[in-house]
Amino acid sequence: MKSTLEFDELRAPFIYRDDEALEKPFKMEQFWRLVAYMGRYPRLVTGSLIATVGGIAVSLVTPYLLGVAIDSAIARGHMNILVMYASALVTLYMVNFAATHYRIRFTNWLGQSVIRQLREELFSHVQDLSFDFFDKRPAGSVLVRIMNDVNSLQDLFTNGVINSVTNMFTLAGIVIIMLSLNWKLALVTMIVVPFMFILSTRLRVMIRRAWQTVRVRLSRINAHLNESIQGVRVTEAYVRQEANQEFFKYMNGDYLNEFRKAVGLSAIFGPIVDLTGAVGTVLLLWYGIHLLSVGEVTVGLLVAFANYLGNFWTPISQLGQVYNQLLVAMASSERIFQYLDTRPSVVDRGQAQALPAIHGLVRFEDVSFEYERGKLALRGVSFVVEAGQTVALVGHTGAGKSTVINLLARFYEPTSGRILIDGADIGAAKLQSLRSQVGIVLQDTFIFSGTIIDNIRYGKPGASDEEVMEAARAVYADEFITRLEDGYHTQVRERGSRLSMGQRQLLSFARAILADPRILILDEATASIDTHTEQLIQKGLKALLVNRTSFVVAHRLSTIRDADQILVFHDGEIVERGDHAALMQRRGRYRQLVQAQYRFMA
Amino acid sequence: MTVFGRLRGYYQPYLGYLWISLTTLGLATALGLIYPYVLKLIIDRVVLGHAYGNLWLYLAIILAAALAKGGCNFAQQYLGQVFGINAAYHLRNDLYRKLNTQSFSYYDNVHTGDLMSRLTADLDAFRQFLAFGFNNIVSFLLLTVFGLGLMFSMNVKLTLAVIGLMPVLAYVAVRFDSKLWPAYKSVRQKLGHLNTSVQENIMGVRTVKSFAREDHEVRRFGERNNEYFSSNIRTANLWKNYFPYMELIGNLEVAVVLLVGGYFVITHQMPLGDLVAFLSILWYIIQPMSQLGYLLNTWTQSQAAGERLLEILEAPRAVDNASQAHNGQLQGHVVFRNVSLVHEGNPVLHNISFEVTPGRTVALLGLTGAGKSSIVNLIPRFYDATSGQVLVDGVDVRDWDLQALRRQVAVVFQESFLFSTTIFANIAYGHPDASMEDVQRAARLAHAAEFIDQLPQGYQTLVGERGLGLSGGQKQRIALARAILADPRILILDDATSAVDMETEYEIGHALQDVMRGRATFVIAHRISSLKRADQILVIDDGRIVQRGTHDQLLKKDGLYRVIFDMQFKDHDSFADGMAASAAELDHAGA
Repeated sequence: MKSTLEFDELRAPFIYRDDEALEKPFKMEQFWRLVAYMGRYPRLVTGSLIATVGGIAVSLVTPYLLGVAIDSAIARGHMNILVMYASALVTLYMVNFAATHYRIRFTNWLGQSVIRQLREELFSHVQDLSFDFFDKRPAGSVLVRIMNDVNSLQDLFTNGVINSVTNMFTLAGIVIIMLSLNWKLALVTMIVVPFMFILSTRLRVMIRRAWQTVRVRLSRINAHLNESIQGVRVTEAYVRQEANQEFFKYMNGDYLNEFRKAVGLSAIFGPIVDLTGAVGTVLLLWYGIHLLSVGEVTVGLLVAFANYLGNFWTPISQLGQVYNQLLVAMASSERIFQYLDTRPSVVDRGQAQALPAIHGLVRFEDVSFEYERGKLALRGVSFVVEAGQTVALVGHTGAGKSTVINLLARFYEPTSGRILIDGADIGAAKLQSLRSQVGIVLQDTFIFSGTIIDNIRYGKPGASDEEVMEAARAVYADEFITRLEDGYHTQVRERGSRLSMGQRQLLSFARAILADPRILILDEATASIDTHTEQLIQKGLKALLVNRTSFVVAHRLSTIRDADQILVFHDGEIVERGDHAALMQRRGRYRQLVQAQYRFMA
Repeated sequence: MTVFGRLRGYYQPYLGYLWISLTTLGLATALGLIYPYVLKLIIDRVVLGHAYGNLWLYLAIILAAALAKGGCNFAQQYLGQVFGINAAYHLRNDLYRKLNTQSFSYYDNVHTGDLMSRLTADLDAFRQFLAFGFNNIVSFLLLTVFGLGLMFSMNVKLTLAVIGLMPVLAYVAVRFDSKLWPAYKSVRQKLGHLNTSVQENIMGVRTVKSFAREDHEVRRFGERNNEYFSSNIRTANLWKNYFPYMELIGNLEVAVVLLVGGYFVITHQMPLGDLVAFLSILWYIIQPMSQLGYLLNTWTQSQAAGERLLEILEAPRAVDNASQAHNGQLQGHVVFRNVSLVHEGNPVLHNISFEVTPGRTVALLGLTGAGKSSIVNLIPRFYDATSGQVLVDGVDVRDWDLQALRRQVAVVFQESFLFSTTIFANIAYGHPDASMEDVQRAARLAHAAEFIDQLPQGYQTLVGERGLGLSGGQKQRIALARAILADPRILILDDATSAVDMETEYEIGHALQDVMRGRATFVIAHRISSLKRADQILVIDDGRIVQRGTHDQLLKKDGLYRVIFDMQFKDHDSFADGMAASAAELDHAGA
């Protein structure tokens, strides 16, 4: 967690924070929790193991067979025996063919299934988490967990675990075969094996770290490129090109250096491995031919040993890979499990009842709430709203208006006090039954990528096209929609969608009226929009509020004035309540607020 | 010219690395053939010829060759990569420069995602070819030629027997790779889709929860997740269907050598050493053969990638500096003379003429899409007029030095953009070495200081993509502070305070009056309250100025201004009446 360059933090032209730890030490408990995911696919695990072991068996037997064929058939001139060995070899190769086929199939199914499963579990879990979880984290970091961290486990699940099991057997197999063929030659040949192990773990760790640094640098570059493109208009307007170019050059050069370091390490790896192999071969030939000269071994055996020596490297190399995968997996799985172990703060209680069809009588009884310990956002608020009434919540930012609506929708649980709908405590109701009957229009309308019609339908999944259009007409949204090139079927998305703020609001009204909730919560947006759209919004708003209990965090004077009840909030408390006329007469805080507003209009 | 020819400038300075790399590659390949040959000598002369005294010499040769080969391989790989990464470094710098100076109209037509994929995937495909594409092709040729040569020199008939299966292997390999590329592309695509849908879900999580649509979201995610799964499985199936064949062909070659070669040994047409050497050379040829498809593909892919990079580099700039650019202190006298603008074939502005003198404020009012932004965008040359002239201090903007012009004109855009850095650096974007006092003063004038001071880290707070989430109004005020700090002679506010509440907007308006004394200000706004004090109001409709004058003048006339005014104020008037009435009542009760 360090800033990108050696600039004074305050004046750093751009700051890109890196991801969290890239590797963590091995933890048994966490490892088993990971492996348990594979346990859900016993048939794939078994299949993978059998196929992999099959392939290995063949690769262990063939060098031996080749050696024997040279000794007993070719050296002695027995053509028919040679044909026999050759056909045995071909048979084994066919077995290997099948084994490879099934190994690829089973290991990939296994790895991909586990990844799919884990991601699904993580996503559904995050979906159930409450607002407080999302309040604390930027969307980007949640995305990284679900996408990158899960993906980083892919190799481990596809090949890593299966291979490490089979590789142990392979190594043991080779050692046993070589020892039983000729233990003296075996010991001499295996002198290089420990060295191979060291190479495959130590040097590999260094190489992986070097490449991780490269990737981190590259993702900074990409992050910067991305925002440079998005903010290019600002850059050009403020003539920042030269300074940015300097920054980029520095960043790009930094990447170049790291890349050269990593490439240097990687390029050493192959030659050193080859050299180790050559030393092993020389040892084999030197001592083998010595044994050959005294008649203790044959040429065929030497050929077989040379092959086995070659076969050492693959499992050792793969074990080194798995070792690295595990270190990386420890870091990412720790973060994944941390999410999975987070419990939602708002959940259905043990005996939660589904809320029956709501009439709309809402009562707050001495409700208090704190977002953070010790900081009361709401202090003992009580009020009653009759079914069908419109309540305007008024007050400065942070006075407690939004908290009231957040609690009513049960996005958070009150710290003390109760909230009743038709006399039933919403804390004891099933969340789904509550939220499906309470409509919420947020200040920022979120647009899902898809068509306009699907976006409106988000409020009521089963609605017909006709119903959707009816809803749009009811809140005066159809005027702008029908003017779009594809009308209701125009494709829109959150970023870069061509909808204006006003149009987004109209869309959210249509969404809400389609859902037809008994209780409506509406957070009026403050944005100034062009006058024509503003007129439509005011008319749409009126239509939306008819016949339902409505809570409006209001900014428009017209909305406030038409409300049945106005609650004036200050510092987490209701300081005044009543209708417009009554509150104006009181000459209190409400009147001050209105006058302050009015001053800027006239 | 070919793609590589046009991109030559980027890699030419480093060609030396490539030549050394290719030379060492050739050496390494030749050295690699020493082992099988010496092995043959050992078996034939030492083992069968019982010349044990020479063994140490052969072994020394093997070790020396391995050492030399290792060195050559290192140099080959490392220098190849250095060649590629250096070229990529310069290419990336130039792409960045080009993108930062490209005109606004360029960005109206390109997608960030498309540019990003060129800057990442395409640049890397090109780099990879430079780094090891050349080497791989040369190595393929060398191995095939050397390997076959050595085999032929040992035994022609056995070589012919072995060669028979090679074309089959090459065919399978090429076919495999031609299918693998699209498969991997589909995997990347599906991953992209999955990524977008998860991102969208998290950003819209409040809406999801408001409508209790979690189950729907999980289902939708499940579909995308399945698609990604399936594309991965499809790729695995390709491996499953092709790779075993390639492996099998290689293995069968071993059996062929054993059987045919064994026959030759038994019938004394060939020494045993040759047989063993053959078995060891075999892999020299089989391995590159099975990679033939990959080689051909990197070549075609890098061509296509280079082409896409050239499209960025060679794209013309719609707005460029004049040859004899006018430079100097700008006063802020702006004249539009019969200006029309056609954007992508659509007429946007018709015959716009007006004049603003330094120290005056012009307000533009009109419905969305009327052409207000298009007018002000012509002043700092974000676009150039199709006909007519825009003059600043009597000089056509096209004759101004672009940088000098833009440094003295500050624009606050409708959508405020903050970069990933501190609030300080964002405000100081136009003047990176501004003092803390200046930044604070700008923030104060933009009414951003109060909320910044309340942040635990104040001006050091990180904002942008991964930083603290600010409200729309807060972002707008930071963007405004950025413009104020730039100390412009002309200030353009393009609906710049739309997300700021009315009270603050009013106060900002007041503060700006002082700041902009003696300078020209352009204000685009929807609220009449925020533009009524302007010296001149232009009412824009459908790309034309339909009315002009001061607030009082325009109110007296029938027309769009009056219509908009009525819409905005009828509500407030009745409200004011109500207030007056209640006040009167109160007075009455008090009396």
